[in-house]
Amino acid sequence: MEEHDIICTGCPKGCRVTVTVEKDEITDIKGFECPTGKEYAINEYKNPTRILPTTVRVKEGEFPLVPVKTAKPIPKSLLLEAMKVIAEKEVIAPIKIGDTVIENILDTSVNIVATRNIEKK
Amino acid sequence: MKNYKIIVIGAGPAGLAAALQASKDGIDDILVLERDKYMGGILPQCIHNGFGLEYFDQELTGPEYADKFIKDIDKNNIKVLTETMVLNINQDKIITALNKSNGVLKMKANTIILAMGCRERTRENIQIPGDRPAGILSAGTAQRYTNIEGFIPGKEVIILGSGDIGLIMARRMKLEGANVKAVLEIMPFSSGLVRNKVQCLDDFDIPLKLKHTITRIEGKKRLKRVEISKVDKDFNLVEGTQKWIDCDTLLLSVGLIPENELSKAMNLKLHPVTGGVYVNENRETELKGVYACGNVLHVHDLVDWVSEEAEIAGRSAAEYLNGNQEKRNQPIKITPEKNVTYTVPQKIEYKFKDKKFIKIFLRVEKPMENVKIVFSHNEKSILSYDKKIVMPGEMVTVNLPAALIKNDMEEIKLSIVEKVGEKNGRT
Repeated sequence: MEEHDIICTGCPKGCRVTVTVEKDEITDIKGFECPTGKEYAINEYKNPTRILPTTVRVKEGEFPLVPVKTAKPIPKSLLLEAMKVIAEKEVIAPIKIGDTVIENILDTSVNIVATRNIEKK
Repeated sequence: MKNYKIIVIGAGPAGLAAALQASKDGIDDILVLERDKYMGGILPQCIHNGFGLEYFDQELTGPEYADKFIKDIDKNNIKVLTETMVLNINQDKIITALNKSNGVLKMKANTIILAMGCRERTRENIQIPGDRPAGILSAGTAQRYTNIEGFIPGKEVIILGSGDIGLIMARRMKLEGANVKAVLEIMPFSSGLVRNKVQCLDDFDIPLKLKHTITRIEGKKRLKRVEISKVDKDFNLVEGTQKWIDCDTLLLSVGLIPENELSKAMNLKLHPVTGGVYVNENRETELKGVYACGNVLHVHDLVDWVSEEAEIAGRSAAEYLNGNQEKRNQPIKITPEKNVTYTVPQKIEYKFKDKKFIKIFLRVEKPMENVKIVFSHNEKSILSYDKKIVMPGEMVTVNLPAALIKNDMEEIKLSIVEKVGEKNGRT
């Protein structure tokens, strides 16, 4: 039997929810004060995901960087690995908000997209 | 001298939303003055997600949030002068500004909307003793270097202050390959959003040291190490808890101050708690036809509230220009009482006309659970709202319905009380 403490981010209260797991099966959930907390804890235990916001190098742009994000949340465990892939990338201005900068990062079928317009210098 | 119907000072989220609202309300002669190269204020460097959930009902990054307004500014042909620094405004609404292509500019406005935002408190503001080496930056400066200019400010990082900017920068520096050694917080709780604490610190095992501060800085050219110490409940150092930590970078996230030099130049008085000017429900200052909104008025925690507040200022400026306002016989003061540190607005001055309610922004003194937010008049409650939890770091908004306001009222008090006879606190 293992216990996982998860802090719910649903509201400022930040309930500490304890998920008890036996042989990969959730056997008990304690500490939540509303349904959001329970649902959050289950998702956060089974498949924690995050949106990754960062920047990509730009050539010939008005600024040297374009801000980007994963178009959808990706598994939390892949964040640092994704950063390494993104660090290798360089794009050429102009770039439009919403443009795909990297396709299918780490085979997650999620694209990295630009979040700002960058004009040519 | 060129005259404009509205001049907006600052093209951040507040300035843009105010200008757009006035334009939608039929004012065609609007000028926005901005000292930076681009519109959007702080948003373009806030590349993280979490914006827009209240205002747009979707989760956006800072640059995406700003873009929604910038696009409309262009569409509505609102004139914006960037890289233009406003030096002075006088009580006759004459503005002196400076830029590269025009030199010194003088112009007059029928109405002015102050939207200068706020700036970060510095090492000098909090007085940390020691050397004065390179490597000590405000978190927002580090954010601009990292996200816009393309420089990483350092490799071994300590962050002082666990407000949202501090937490966001902890993750950002970590993602860019720095070793973030700790985030220190002098208070017994983090003042940032729970979500940021979880996703910026816990996700990356960055330790948060509550009740800790920095007591000494050492380094000749570049920062070498800082001394951290524990504090007691009165913020006095606990002897024997001092510890040196090696680092080359110290980021400070120790609060924001509304940037009101121009307001002071107009002789507007500043509120001791908000650091902003006094306003009525239209966000009109003590000077008729001069409005203030956004972080220059009081520091908000969500940009969504800034946009909403700026629209009030923009709409009011348009009403004023269209001669569509009527004062009440007497203003009604709104006074913060028990557990409320401030309210915006501080008074109600105009007749409601078609307005159904007035939105009141307030902050609380301390974290509390299961409370009632009570409006009272002559010591009698006229309205109350239940709230599960309130925190000093999270602004509270409540609506005061027009139907409850009577002509003979002089003062409405706002207080927060614990609900009696109910479970209070966590089990």
